[in-house]
Amino acid sequence: MLQLRFFASLRDQLNCDSESLDWSDNFNTASDVRATLIERGTPWDSLAKPTVLIAINQEMGNDDTAIKNGDEIAFFPPVTGG
Amino acid sequence: MNISISIQTDDFSHSDEYQNLCNDAPRIGAIVTFCGLVREFDDSNGEGLFLEHFAGMTEKTLENICQQAFERWPIISTRIVHRIGTMGLGEQIVFVGINSAHRKAAFHACEFIMDFLKTDAPFWKKALTKDTEYWVEAKSSDEAASKAWKK
Repeated sequence: MLQLRFFASLRDQLNCDSESLDWSDNFNTASDVRATLIERGTPWDSLAKPTVLIAINQEMGNDDTAIKNGDEIAFFPPVTGG
Repeated sequence: MNISISIQTDDFSHSDEYQNLCNDAPRIGAIVTFCGLVREFDDSNGEGLFLEHFAGMTEKTLENICQQAFERWPIISTRIVHRIGTMGLGEQIVFVGINSAHRKAAFHACEFIMDFLKTDAPFWKKALTKDTEYWVEAKSSDEAASKAWKK
């Protein structure tokens, strides 16, 4: 099982702040999860934007970051604090 | 290495934060502080901001940024306070304070921490105006500022 989290404008577009996703042996990197979500169609295709950032277990990663069963994967827009 | 980070909805006292940084005297000879405020926006239609963050990752990211500052400059203490939730125009959002033996290290570290806080720490601003609310877009100038430190 993967724990997915979504933040800020992306969460609003998806109308979803978190979900549990069944683990698949086809998952190798964060991009595989992203592609699975995009396949759901609108509004999940918002995740196709190249500006969407990915954190794995609360550390910044990218599409190529390896993932394993049990990971927490967060998707969010560019940050705007300070 | 003294790193202190607070993420809070409440306002903070700049003078209390400054006073705490003075507690490292007399081994320090310099204190540099930065304070960010909610600025007017949207042709004065703006009423304030709502700040969201990714609890847990925010603290880890800020701690990591402070550790990098300690690796680059001979500083003594770093203090970050960042507010979340709703803030009106003119209110304080963020405080970064650094102390060190000499001024240059503190000046550089303070700017370094703010630049990376802007591009790496998972905070998001929503602008609240008289008529509507909208998520604030990231600025390319902020990205350029933190990239400049990597050269």
